[in-house]
Amino acid sequence: MIVGKAVNRVDAEAKASGTAKYVADLVDRNALVAKVLHSTIANGTVLSFDLDEAYKVPGVVKIVTCFDVPDKQFPTPGHPWSTHKAHQDISDRKLLNTRVRFYGDDIAAVIAEDEIAATRALKLIKVEYEEYEPILTYEDAMKDGAMAIHEEKPNNVVVHSDYEMGNFDEAIKEEGLIKVEGTYETPIVSHCHIENAGSYAYMESGRIIVVSSTQIPHIIRRVISQALDCGMGKIRVIKPYIGGGFGNKQDALTEPLNAFLTSVVGGRCVKLFYTREETFVCTRTRHAMKFFIESYVRKDGTFAARKIKAYSTQGAYASHAHALVANAVNGFRMMYPVGAIKGDAYTVYTNLPTAGAMRAYGIPQIGFALEAHVDDICQKAGFDKVQFRRDNMMQVGFVDPFTTIACHSSGLDECITRGKEYVNWDQKIEEYKNQTGDIRRGVGMAVFCYKTGVYPIALETSAVRMVLNQDGSTQVQMGATEIGQGADTVFSQMAAETLGFTLDKVNLISTQDTDVTPYDTGAYASRQTYVSGMAVKKTALSLKKKICEFAGYMLNRDPSDLDIEDNNIVHVGTREKYLTTEEVAMEACYSLENSNHISAEETHHCSDNTYALGCCFAEVEVDIPMCSVKILKIINVHDSGKIINPQTARGQVHGGMSMGIGYGLYERLIIDPKTGKTNNDNLLDYKLMTVLDTPDLGYDFVEPEDPSGPYGNKALGEPPVIPVAPALRNAVYNATGVAVNAIPLHPQRLFEEFSKAGLIK
Amino acid sequence: MYDFNNIYQPKTVKEALEMKKAHPDALLLAGGSDILIQCREGRLAGRDVISIYTLDELRGICMEDDGTILIRPLTSFSHITNNPIIKKYIPTLGDAVDQIGGPQIRNIGTIGGNICNGVTSADSATTLKTYDAILEIASVDGIRILPYADFSKGPGRVDLREGEMLTGIRIKKDSYENTFGKYIKYSMRRAMDIATLGCSVNVRLTEDKKKVDRVRIAFGVAGPVPLRALSAEESLKGQLISEELLEAASQAVMADVNPRNSWRASKDFRIQLIKELTRRALRSSIEQAGGEF
Ligand SMILES: Cc1cc2nc3c(=O)[nH]c(=O)nc-3n(C[C@H](O)[C@H](O)[C@H](O)COP(=O)(O)OP(=O)(O)OC[C@H]3O[C@@H](n4cnc5c(N)ncnc54)[C@H](O)[C@@H]3O)c2cc1C
Repeated sequence: MIVGKAVNRVDAEAKASGTAKYVADLVDRNALVAKVLHSTIANGTVLSFDLDEAYKVPGVVKIVTCFDVPDKQFPTPGHPWSTHKAHQDISDRKLLNTRVRFYGDDIAAVIAEDEIAATRALKLIKVEYEEYEPILTYEDAMKDGAMAIHEEKPNNVVVHSDYEMGNFDEAIKEEGLIKVEGTYETPIVSHCHIENAGSYAYMESGRIIVVSSTQIPHIIRRVISQALDCGMGKIRVIKPYIGGGFGNKQDALTEPLNAFLTSVVGGRCVKLFYTREETFVCTRTRHAMKFFIESYVRKDGTFAARKIKAYSTQGAYASHAHALVANAVNGFRMMYPVGAIKGDAYTVYTNLPTAGAMRAYGIPQIGFALEAHVDDICQKAGFDKVQFRRDNMMQVGFVDPFTTIACHSSGLDECITRGKEYVNWDQKIEEYKNQTGDIRRGVGMAVFCYKTGVYPIALETSAVRMVLNQDGSTQVQMGATEIGQGADTVFSQMAAETLGFTLDKVNLISTQDTDVTPYDTGAYASRQTYVSGMAVKKTALSLKKKICEFAGYMLNRDPSDLDIEDNNIVHVGTREKYLTTEEVAMEACYSLENSNHISAEETHHCSDNTYALGCCFAEVEVDIPMCSVKILKIINVHDSGKIINPQTARGQVHGGMSMGIGYGLYERLIIDPKTGKTNNDNLLDYKLMTVLDTPDLGYDFVEPEDPSGPYGNKALGEPPVIPVAPALRNAVYNATGVAVNAIPLHPQRLFEEFSKAGLIK
Repeated sequence: MYDFNNIYQPKTVKEALEMKKAHPDALLLAGGSDILIQCREGRLAGRDVISIYTLDELRGICMEDDGTILIRPLTSFSHITNNPIIKKYIPTLGDAVDQIGGPQIRNIGTIGGNICNGVTSADSATTLKTYDAILEIASVDGIRILPYADFSKGPGRVDLREGEMLTGIRIKKDSYENTFGKYIKYSMRRAMDIATLGCSVNVRLTEDKKKVDRVRIAFGVAGPVPLRALSAEESLKGQLISEELLEAASQAVMADVNPRNSWRASKDFRIQLIKELTRRALRSSIEQAGGEF
């Protein structure tokens, strides 16, 4: 068994030794440098530019403005394209925009011989705007008579959707129900991947080549072709190693503009690397959401009914738009599919940085709101917090009535048991009752569920090619991408497992090149190990069959009697060794009678989905006068089905927990309430945790084999971020009796909440 | 790529001062950990630069004959923290600068750069204030001696005149002798952060360790520049050590501070911190000095 083993990452050596090449390592040293001019107002229209002074800077090659780009709107999100018009992504931006919709909008670009010339020229461009009042909250955007940010959406509502499971109005008539209401709010946060957004582009024989730090090369090719109105065959996108993405690079960022820029300088190589500041403001963010929840629970601790109203602040452009808050209100239903449930969700344009995909896609938002709310219910009604969750949570066999997604397997109950044990829950609950004094301690927990991939909401498809080398090894080419999460490693393990090869005989090609790489939509939705894993399995079975057929020909045996094990052709039953795969591969390649260049390529169209589940348990110490929270103990316990590689899986859990702690205690993008300018567009003022702020991160896996997963596996990439913030909030609640309904629980907020509660005078 | 115009590299302090006279608008570059940020931001882009970083005469710590401790301005934070003289006599300073940035910044950043940059959050500033540091400032015309208390002119502005350079920081024996102190940096995270509030306190107790003989308190980010709580210090002099003393101190400092509202933290929150940090830093200082509550 190679699946299930903690083998080293296949890219460990290249990355640790620095030989792995990223976009910035590959770019031509003579490349021209492009810099984007971003608007210094949040809402308005560009009337004119004065470029005279900027053109005088030595080294400036060309300046293009919003008046020079194709008059065509295009969509940017990394979704598989829908051939049905009604389901297509929203096309609402141009390469450069005359209508300014947020502070930082792209309005012009300078191309110069070097960075200093480009930066100096940027500063010398004079812009004349017509300015409008910035609309910075969804409330203001939805007011009667509010100005339309996009003329296609006169009331600024991008999409509104609702659902009802059972009959809410009937259900709440039941006698003796306890009603609990709450309002919960989550902030705008940033992905903070190490490598900023960036690409370079050049032309060859009339085709445009874009090399980019992206999660979704095939989708980027399609978006560029839509933006430039040219055939997809005219565009080639290459994705080398990248320094993280977390969903930000599941969107077309610098690529479409850069493809255009090279075309205006005769195909010379142009690099467009965003700074950290631009990456904060001008790429994508996590949607801020506000939830109004109303629950009706019975005295026996079960839900009779509940409803949610959700508002998602989209910012200036649609990007992934409503998909996130729709996911959030669906998650509200799925976690506790008990009683009548009503959901109502709005996605609203504002003059803020554009929100898009980010790890766990709307679920960290609902995860905070719902799990905080469940604690509020338990507190009010006197229920045991763990038992209430156990009594209401999703069980095996549940089929969601709207999405048809079924719960094929669940280890959640066991996850909770282990989490409780880790923090010594029962004892601490007793110990921390009735505390006084400045320093208090508490415990908190939260659970979550998360889908694996996007079926049936969107297409799930993946293709893989395997080519047999003469030495009996194979090159595996996949459209699925390595973005630091370890995809290449687990795919290699899967291929080796199914082929009967040792791991060293699998060469996984990490780079995607849309000219040659089979199609896959890319890294998002925790889909690849599941969906692309299915394609690996299918292709490996196909390649194996072909190898056995050729071996059968060589041995004059029925191929169905043959199998491969440890790089040998063996008898399926006796396991007797006949040939090495190398011998078969050599003969197949060079045979004078029957040369056969063995390869396999398969598409897997996936039409299933499954829920990953899990929980977080935390113990905190709150220093009330200092308004600070220290994590004493924290653990995430996950049911992600069978773990393909415990070592890379641990990395995903640790990374996700770190992001979750940041979400709960530290991170938020701070926007000036008058101008719409982002105040903290840098890593000093945006309080991403450092290693000194990071406690020991506990993790554990419960591993029921999922019957739908290719190797019994389910989603793991995104889930670890989900339960952490609510667990911390609930722990602070337990410690202090103060229920904070907005994250992060940063000192300023705690100061205000503790003051209100009379803990600080 | 940093947008500089010319870079000059003097070999001696004398040469540096001559260059500074010849190019009065040129920036002095020490470790560069403030200047390079400002170049990149565009505030200081396109300027001439005089790099003094290699001038070893301006580096190091020693004790002069009368017990005065001399810190040369190019001494890095990590060297200050690990210096035996500092460890023995002014550990509070070593501890304060050990909370700056991260290991890389503490290796490249200099104490001279920290105070010449002139911001209210500079982590060495409050402790230098509480130890009544005295500055040696040189130009081609000679040397000027200035109490550090008079150095700040406003946010990011210090009393360095045309052609001048900081060449020494001195702390007198009477200032550190029998004195115990504590610096508390309150920031939103534990590394790579600027202070939301900084508080440095030191005390000298009476011989019987029952009373405060002398107390000095300074704050960062409690006003536009690092400041001393002089009226509070005066009111605490000679007081008996007690819980009430801590409370009185936390109230008294309010007369000396002037924190403001900003998107980083509200005025009210900073006031809460000023009071709480005063209590905690004073308690720690007294306890280190052998006082009991
Ligand atoms: C990531 C990061 C984290 C940081 N964290 C902190 C922190 O936690 N706390 C903190 O206080 N600071 C912090 N800083 C700021 C900075 O590191 C310090 O202020 C440092 O002391 C600056 O010293 P330098 O030698 O690098 O100064 P430089 O950038 O070289 O110079 C700073 C200023 O002082 C002037 N100058 C320098 N030496 C002299 C001299 N001898 N005579 C006259 N003028 C002079 C320069 O002209 C310039 O105006 C941080 C900076 C960074 C980049």
